[in-house]
Amino acid sequence: MTSTVAAARKGASRTLTSTGGVRSMWGKLRSLGFLVFLWISLLVALITLVVLILDTIRTGATRLDTRLFTEYPSSRPAEAGARPAIIGSAWVIGATAALAIPLGVAAAVHLEEFANRHSKVNRYVEVLVQNLAAIPSIIYGMLALSTLALMGVSNKNIVIGGALALALLILPVIIISTREALRAVPREMRQGSLALGATDVQTVWRTTLPAAIPGIATGTILALSRALGEAAPLLLLGGLVFISFDPNGLLSGFTTMPIQIFGWTGNPQAEFHELAAAASIVLLVILLAMNGLAIAIRNRYQRRW
Amino acid sequence: MTTHPHAAAISVPSPARSATPLSTRPEIRTHTEVPDVPDPVIECEDLSVYYGDFKAVTDVSLAFGHNEITALIGPSGCGKSTLLRCLNRMNDLVDSARVEGSVRYWGQDMYAPDADAIEVRRRIGMVYQKPNPFPKSIYDNIAYGPRVTGMKVDSMDDHVEQALRDAALWDEVKDKLKQNAYGLSGGQQQRLCIARTIAVSPDVILMDEPCSALDPVATLRIEELMLQLRADYTIVIVTHNMQQAARVADRTAFFTAGVNEITGDRTGVLVEYDKTSRIFGNPANSRTEDYISGRFG
Ligand SMILES: Nc1ncnc2c1ncn2[C@@H]1O[C@H](COP(=O)(O)OP(=O)(O)O)[C@@H](O)[C@H]1O
Ligand SMILES: [Mg+2]
Repeated sequence: MTSTVAAARKGASRTLTSTGGVRSMWGKLRSLGFLVFLWISLLVALITLVVLILDTIRTGATRLDTRLFTEYPSSRPAEAGARPAIIGSAWVIGATAALAIPLGVAAAVHLEEFANRHSKVNRYVEVLVQNLAAIPSIIYGMLALSTLALMGVSNKNIVIGGALALALLILPVIIISTREALRAVPREMRQGSLALGATDVQTVWRTTLPAAIPGIATGTILALSRALGEAAPLLLLGGLVFISFDPNGLLSGFTTMPIQIFGWTGNPQAEFHELAAAASIVLLVILLAMNGLAIAIRNRYQRRW
Repeated sequence: MTTHPHAAAISVPSPARSATPLSTRPEIRTHTEVPDVPDPVIECEDLSVYYGDFKAVTDVSLAFGHNEITALIGPSGCGKSTLLRCLNRMNDLVDSARVEGSVRYWGQDMYAPDADAIEVRRRIGMVYQKPNPFPKSIYDNIAYGPRVTGMKVDSMDDHVEQALRDAALWDEVKDKLKQNAYGLSGGQQQRLCIARTIAVSPDVILMDEPCSALDPVATLRIEELMLQLRADYTIVIVTHNMQQAARVADRTAFFTAGVNEITGDRTGVLVEYDKTSRIFGNPANSRTEDYISGRFG
């Protein structure tokens, strides 16, 4: 009995290896090939990135000095700096955050906590928000431009105008990431609050939103870092590259770091290219810091419940 | 903290299914003080609950007595949680849920058009199977209810202390009130949830399998706590553990699921409701007898 079973198993295993041998070798080769392809793709991407960064650092290192932060743009590259661009970026991103965060979070809270999931209108809104996230940034620049024109604003290169364009640009991203953060809050937590006699609104304010803040912060920081690197919509608004004053208010004229870099790069003199590279390094460091902060927040608060 | 006379029962491992019916029968506490007819705080009449077209519970008529502990027992899926959630309108949160019949709280219809679900929940609190503290400090967990309901308290510190004392948790947490509630053990978290419920001074506390996520020692502490709380609160507890029902409950309602021959739906029905001593000692219905002696379910 045992011997027949064992014999049958032996026979079976032999056929398996003999027919499977060719196929599995083929299969192994194919998956190996695919793996190699993936590695090469990754390598190409990484090498390009590293070369770009190294080249930027090499070019910009000489101009990465205090003048970059203290001086105004000038036609003489040795005396030029990115001071108004750095201040302008801070103003624009600050105003963008002030516009986009409350609006985006409020929209997400409405969609996630209050809106009737089954209503047609809300389903359209959902699809719309998803699609808005994929629209090229320049379209948002056009939208801000026409909005300002409709409001009768003649000088469109103002901080609030740029902030409007960038806020529209990152609004869908903030809405989507906030919704995800809210969805990750366990239902039991909301029930615990409601069972104590809290209203829906109290439950959102005191329980759901606070519990979702780490997730919201992560998504929002990433969205803002995207806005910080954008130039296209601001150029459309007539972003200037030659500003000799500190932007100091919502209605002040401005330039930002990407625009400044864009302007310097278009200049034929090599010294300006060094300046552009130096400003790029500063921008890169800020972006890396923001992304690092987002990751740190995510890791720190990962699923506490 | 006083141990109740039947505390020892918990350390006895529950007898195996194969034992004779008599020996599997849970030990019965004598409830001499239980009146024959409950003085109803909450009264269900012909209560049926639907989820969409599916009828989860049908025609339940049941009165929950003042300052009594009522246990709801029965096999999984027979609608115990559903019924419990209807008693403080937490089932309103399920979009598809619909209630027929009436639930009255001190004679007032909870589901009347002018009845406010928020008000209902302020008077009838709920404790869940899995402890669900807020990701806040122990203090803020307790203060949450009084704050949101706008309760007038002379001193929030005293109020928090009292709630924690009532839930037999004060001595364990008095030195770490500012620490996050997630640092507590499961049993402590569950007592925190009970304390949090007590803090809004409800009339009734509903508990849905409050010990099923806890170890035996923590379970015992919750049971002791329930017996203490009975002096001030009406308690309704869903439990899978028949020994637990026998140990703590004054009255027990046994549910089972009846299968609809046409649709195949399993709908919960109330089989028998009586004093716990009767349900576990001398049940009137043979299905109850079968269930409590472990022959089915
Ligand atoms: N939110 C819900 N939506 C739809 N059906 C539900 C929901 N909750 C429970 N049910 C159904 O109602 C029946 C009773 O469930 P439940 O009340 O949880 O039973 P028990 O607590 O006795 O195990 C089950 O068939 C279950 O599938
Ligand atoms: Mg249940």
